Amino acid sequence: MGNVTLVIDGREVSVPKDFNIIEAAKRVGIDIPALCYDPNLEIVGACRLCLVEVEGWNKPVTACSTRVQEGMTVYTETEQLIGLRREILQLLLDNHPNDCLTCQKAGECLLQEYAYRYDVKFREHDGDRRRALVDTSSPYILKDDSKCVLCGKCVRICYQVQDRQVLSFGGRGFDTKIVVDADLAFEESSCVSCNRCVTVCPVGALVDKRVLGKARPWDGDIKGVKCKACDYGCNFEVLSKNGKNIAVRARSPLKGRPLCLKGRLMTEFIYLDEPEVPYRKEDTQFVETTWEEALGLEGVLMKLSKDE
Amino acid sequence: MITIQDLNKIKEKTLKKMELRLRAKDEKTDIKERHVLICGGPGCHSANAEGIKMALEEKIKKKDLHKEVKVSLAGCFGLCETGPNIEIYPEGIFYAHVGMDDLDEIVEEHLCNGNIVERLVFEDALEDGKVKHVSDITFYKKQKKIALRNCGIIDYVNLDEYIALDGYQALAKVITEMTQQDIIDMMKEANLRGRGGAGFPAGIKWETAYKYHADQKYVICNADEGDPGAFMDRSILEGDPHSVLEAMAICGYAIGSNQGFIYIRAEYPIAVRRLEMAIEQAKDKGLLGKNILGTDFSFDIELRLGAGAFVCGEGTALMESIEGKRGMPRTKIYRTSHRGLWQKPTIINNVETFANVPAIVQNGVEWFKNIGTEDTPGTKVFALGGKIANTGLVEIPMGLTLREIIFDIGGGIPNGKKFKAVQTGGPSGGCIPEEHLDTPVDFGSLGRLGSIMGSGGMIVLDEDDCMVDIARFFLDFTVDESCGKCTPCREGTKRMLEILERITEGKGTPEDLDRLESLAETITQASLCGLGQTAANPVVSTMKYFREEYEAHVYDKKCPAGSCKELIEYFITDDCTGCTLCARNCPVSCIEGKVRELHVIDQSKCIKCGDCMAVCRFDAVIIR
Repeated sequence: MGNVTLVIDGREVSVPKDFNIIEAAKRVGIDIPALCYDPNLEIVGACRLCLVEVEGWNKPVTACSTRVQEGMTVYTETEQLIGLRREILQLLLDNHPNDCLTCQKAGECLLQEYAYRYDVKFREHDGDRRRALVDTSSPYILKDDSKCVLCGKCVRICYQVQDRQVLSFGGRGFDTKIVVDADLAFEESSCVSCNRCVTVCPVGALVDKRVLGKARPWDGDIKGVKCKACDYGCNFEVLSKNGKNIAVRARSPLKGRPLCLKGRLMTEFIYLDEPEVPYRKEDTQFVETTWEEALGLEGVLMKLSKDE
Repeated sequence: MITIQDLNKIKEKTLKKMELRLRAKDEKTDIKERHVLICGGPGCHSANAEGIKMALEEKIKKKDLHKEVKVSLAGCFGLCETGPNIEIYPEGIFYAHVGMDDLDEIVEEHLCNGNIVERLVFEDALEDGKVKHVSDITFYKKQKKIALRNCGIIDYVNLDEYIALDGYQALAKVITEMTQQDIIDMMKEANLRGRGGAGFPAGIKWETAYKYHADQKYVICNADEGDPGAFMDRSILEGDPHSVLEAMAICGYAIGSNQGFIYIRAEYPIAVRRLEMAIEQAKDKGLLGKNILGTDFSFDIELRLGAGAFVCGEGTALMESIEGKRGMPRTKIYRTSHRGLWQKPTIINNVETFANVPAIVQNGVEWFKNIGTEDTPGTKVFALGGKIANTGLVEIPMGLTLREIIFDIGGGIPNGKKFKAVQTGGPSGGCIPEEHLDTPVDFGSLGRLGSIMGSGGMIVLDEDDCMVDIARFFLDFTVDESCGKCTPCREGTKRMLEILERITEGKGTPEDLDRLESLAETITQASLCGLGQTAANPVVSTMKYFREEYEAHVYDKKCPAGSCKELIEYFITDDCTGCTLCARNCPVSCIEGKVRELHVIDQSKCIKCGDCMAVCRFDAVIIR
């Protein structure tokens, strides 16, 4: 495929012609803010933070959905764009709980990062807010609707696996929310706790419950590991604090692989100093189980040493 | 399967039967034969037009006139205000507000004795003791009907009557005499702009899809009409369904598609039934389906019913909905004429746009361009509503001024009230004040005034309407109908609505006005689809032309129109005669006063229902 050359914020860049502006900007170290964009997911243009100006075009366009063109001149941080981004971020913060002090996502939250970058603050108001519905039914995923920014990444990544497609949008307008199956709790639903959704959530609306309260990125170490449950090896992360491995979380599926609970539990079992009790779903309930059963190794003599 | 020769035979035969209706108006007649047309449009239908038809037929039979007098239901006459409406031909007499009790008199006097029942004649048709022919009534005189050409003339259940008035001749001509490029060039030259609201030239759209190579292409008719008060598409579909089917087939031929879909809202059950029937009739006659009129061209049409979301009128959300997904607009990475429905090249036009197509093919580009303005050739159907005498449906040549539409055709403001503004374009449009009433209407001119043509809603407001409250009303609609996909529309419109609610409740602050403007700018610039990009228009336009009303609410805590309940109080003046009527009618008993003495309203208890004002016979109760 041929390359095209364009100028982004005064910097010339040559990229393949099927690139969008966000990816082209990355090549020259320009990070265009976006909550709903993920190179591995369908582009939806929902958050509207990645608006950029293109010389000669009469309106700002989303950098995620606009392909590069030869000779294009793009501006990513004009006064107008900053004004729009600040207002959009303010709208999101006006509808988001002020919980960064204790939120598990703090330090890795994109909303927090952009609010800092564009100097937008929480403020008091007596307008309506998202309902604070928290789904605590699963031992693996915590879903807090009040923190959701409706980027829809979770829906899209869940949709990619044919036999899952558990998450979707429910409601309309201001009342829109992410629903599990027909608006069920995780434990009643067909969710298999693969945590794909957790890996893409840009805020603290979907978090790994087994990491909750254990460490945040600045007070521990994070090491990337490959899953050993099957030959593909999806990406996981081992979190450690004070020299002890305390939690495992899913990072990203390998192309064409779905991520799975079994792989995550096996990684926990292999790496963690004191792995928590595993759970399995029985009909519409999570019940405690044994490691042999959770890993599908009943009857097999387990010689796996934790040091390995 | 019929051929073009058969089509012409049907036309000749049926025309003879319709002759009375179409006869020139000054031809005198002594014959006893009559055609009675009953309006079957949405308004008259609700007012029991079908019951009237059955009763009338029965009475005619009793008088043994059923051989001479033919009764049919026709599409919308347009004058919904005066329904149920009846026209009698060949005299062209327009009877309004016809009730069941009036039928005997019409049969006895008019149909038996040939005397016009003046008492029932539409009042504007009476002049100097004479009864005017329907086409001479001011309401109709300034109109030019293209999209509605057959509405109110043909019996909508009768395909032959459609054929008699040149129906399917355009399709026959296109598929036998013209190339795909010919018909596209014709639409481009005619500059037929999309009547659904955006005004994009149909010909250019068609050409884009025609030139894009694909194994399958689709034609969609957008019949998801949803603007509050708009019912032009409904009237076309109910009164003349075949005109849309014919146009879709022409479009299919032009772009190389064999499959069309009509996406129609389920809230239009009558239109759905008539379309189903029309599709069946057309298929039976070989005017749709395989090898149309014996040619190689095949085209089929299916219906898809919307489930009640306004946003599904947005082209890409509509396609998502047809595909069985949640109706949310797509981000425009590709044009829908390249990748639309199921990622195939798709042409989506609105009902009224399609209804124009056969007429342009029949009458030619020059004819069409001579109507309307250079910016927008042709006509536009408007639904007149609000504070206007002739509520109803009108089709006017572009270039007529707003004043002519509202005061000549619409009959002005009732009850001697003063005109304040006209709201055009529904929730995406804006309010236009008196000073711009002489603007000739077309896509460009309304846009420059900060409003839009939109799908053709036209709501007239008088001195009693509060402009802040109007903006609040439309925003309330948008907030309800936002799909929730993009941030500015989902979160921003809600905040704007909250501010407007505060202002109308007398709790607004000067900062609120600034915040409204800033939010409006962000929502307009940053929203994903047309719904969001235009959502702020009702606020922006009212702030532009009626800023003093906003300021009165915010600074003086007053509603100048006397409409916002929190900001008004009912007060009894010295004109009070002490008749006690108001006190007896007050539902919360908050009016005190002795007989023949001045009465007083206890403001702390008053719920501002306005009953006292309505019952007072001395105009002693005022709003202040």
